[in-house]
Amino acid sequence: MTEVNTPEKVEFSPETLKKAQEIIARYPEGRQKSALLPVLHLAQNEWNWLSAPVMDYVAGLLSIQPIEVYEVATFYTMFQIEPVGKYVLEVCRTGPCCLRGAENIIDYLENKLGTKVGGTTTDGLFTLKTVECLAACGFAPVLQVRLKKEDGNYIYYENLTPEKIDNLIATEWV
Amino acid sequence: MGIKILTEHIGKEDLKPIDAYMKYGGYTAVKKALTSMSPDAIVEEVKKSGLRGRGGAGFPTGMKWSFLAKPEGKPRYLVCNADESEPGTFKDRYLMMHSPHTLIEGMIVSSFALGANTSYIYVRGEMMFVIRILEKAIAEAYAKGLLGKNILGSGYNLDLYVHPGGGAYICGEETALLESLEGKRGNPRNKPPFPAVSGLYACPTVVNNVESIAATSWIINNGGDEYAKIGIGKSTGTKLISACGNINNPGVYEIELGLSVEEFLYSDQYCGGIANGKKLKALVAGGSSVPILPANLITKTANGESRLMSYESLSDGGFATGTMLGSGGFIVFDEDQCIVRNTWNFTRFYHHESCGQCSPCREGTGWMEKVLHRIEHGHGHMHDIDLLVDVAKKIEGNTICPLGDAAAWPVGSAIRHFRDEFEWHIKNPSEATRKGAVYRKEAVFA
Ligand SMILES: Cc1cc2nc3c(=O)[nH]c(=O)nc-3n(C[C@H](O)[C@H](O)[C@H](O)COP(=O)(O)O)c2cc1C
Ligand code: SF4
Ligand code: FES
Repeated sequence: MTEVNTPEKVEFSPETLKKAQEIIARYPEGRQKSALLPVLHLAQNEWNWLSAPVMDYVAGLLSIQPIEVYEVATFYTMFQIEPVGKYVLEVCRTGPCCLRGAENIIDYLENKLGTKVGGTTTDGLFTLKTVECLAACGFAPVLQVRLKKEDGNYIYYENLTPEKIDNLIATEWV
Repeated sequence: MGIKILTEHIGKEDLKPIDAYMKYGGYTAVKKALTSMSPDAIVEEVKKSGLRGRGGAGFPTGMKWSFLAKPEGKPRYLVCNADESEPGTFKDRYLMMHSPHTLIEGMIVSSFALGANTSYIYVRGEMMFVIRILEKAIAEAYAKGLLGKNILGSGYNLDLYVHPGGGAYICGEETALLESLEGKRGNPRNKPPFPAVSGLYACPTVVNNVESIAATSWIINNGGDEYAKIGIGKSTGTKLISACGNINNPGVYEIELGLSVEEFLYSDQYCGGIANGKKLKALVAGGSSVPILPANLITKTANGESRLMSYESLSDGGFATGTMLGSGGFIVFDEDQCIVRNTWNFTRFYHHESCGQCSPCREGTGWMEKVLHRIEHGHGHMHDIDLLVDVAKKIEGNTICPLGDAAAWPVGSAIRHFRDEFEWHIKNPSEATRKGAVYRKEAVFA
């Protein structure tokens, strides 16, 4: 599980650092803390999850206290504060999706991956989670995945069926 | 019926490139506003239009704008609420994905009207693909001189940025959104002071929904009076409705306010009727927070009038027999859906999303979730039903932000209209917990 370990040296790559600095410049002088959520997204894309050293690094970058980063990272559901698999499958479990079979899809994924919601597969490839409404209710069931190679980062997979999931596992999430 | 002002050109071609958008008259409102109108004149047009906030509360947009404080030496901000997290709602996403410039044009016109020189669009972080589309569109607008310094030679400067959220329904509440934009946890603020006086960075701020802001361009191009002619009564203009659940054609539809619910639900142009030939059991008309309606109160009001898609008609009868237009999240339940299970699911949502600042909301949503869970799973008691009503009542109106009310209403209304279904679960636990078992009372289906 190389992906999930905390790197020894926590530092953005030069390209990511440049992006972070562009983001910080969007907010008024002295309000650089506003960049916290976007910069945490960059950090998560770089290291797959937010370990304490990663959060400390972000705090340093924004000249704020580490606690200010911890309290934010633990509040928002998109931030992984424990090691996760390479692909975090986040399936919507909210009412409108359940009207169109979300519960069956969650069961199917648990069986297929051999792990319960909240767990990670033994090969470190997948973590299965449930999330609340993703604003895709008309195209339910739906799950989101962060793909590191994609500029768009988070991708929605909609109108899920067991066949679609089999196919994604075989060809896309590898 | 059938006029479209926000989505008219979607589908004709890809409107994401700015040249395509401009081919259909895009950015004429910016030109008109910045070169021939004063900010106050724009506010006046928006007031005349009768436009009401499309984020859920329906507060008149022009009036909100006129409350903005203008102290010397302090910047003012416009923040667009694109957090879109209310279950059942996916309309803003549709507009931003297919026509990002419609929002950007509205942001420029509205920022000018409010005297803001820096504006933000707060988009829920999950919609990163939408953020990328918006960022690209904003870069195009800068390149055309529609953003940045001295826009179209008018002397007006505006910088526009997109800000991603981190996954939290509560950040759709406007003061939680501002906290989040400042890089903090999304804890709603006590009001007053209202954002109009002390919002982002303690400066005067207007927060508006994507759809409200997008509508302002049309109002500038055509005049507030023309806009007010669309729709019905005090429900002027058009509304994006996101339809989901057990219908044939889920999706986003722009309707003229005043369309009948019956036509919206059954016409092939819209929802196309209940899927798989089933019967209609219930409707949540405006996102998960609004009261649920049983079949017999959906297409007709309690006194037999045709129910319309408008603020007034949907709330006809108050909470006893009506509901709300809310965010336009139209969730349809067929005869095979279990109201108890859905109420438990929604309550779990509110408990999960409560920021935890107020005890009635934090504890109350937790208790309601537990009690509903036990009823759904065959361990309920008869007195649990009144207990739920009691807890819901004690949350309502006793919290810092309206999430408390939003959690209480679905529970109160489900029990009001479907009490016998809750009783059936409690009296028949082994039958009720059988997979796929649903309580049926033929008379309530339509
Ligand atoms: C819990 C909660 C969630 C909300 N979520 C949203 C949302 O996702 N989008 C939105 O525009 N308004 C949302 N609102 C309403 C906002 O607080 C605010 O009223 C709205 O953004 C104002 O814009 P409008 O006047 O243009 O509707 C929410 C309110 C509450 C209490
Ligand atoms: S009502 Fe709920 S969500 Fe709103 S401030 Fe109170 S605890 Fe937080
Ligand atoms: S309920 Fe699943 S996307 Fe809205």
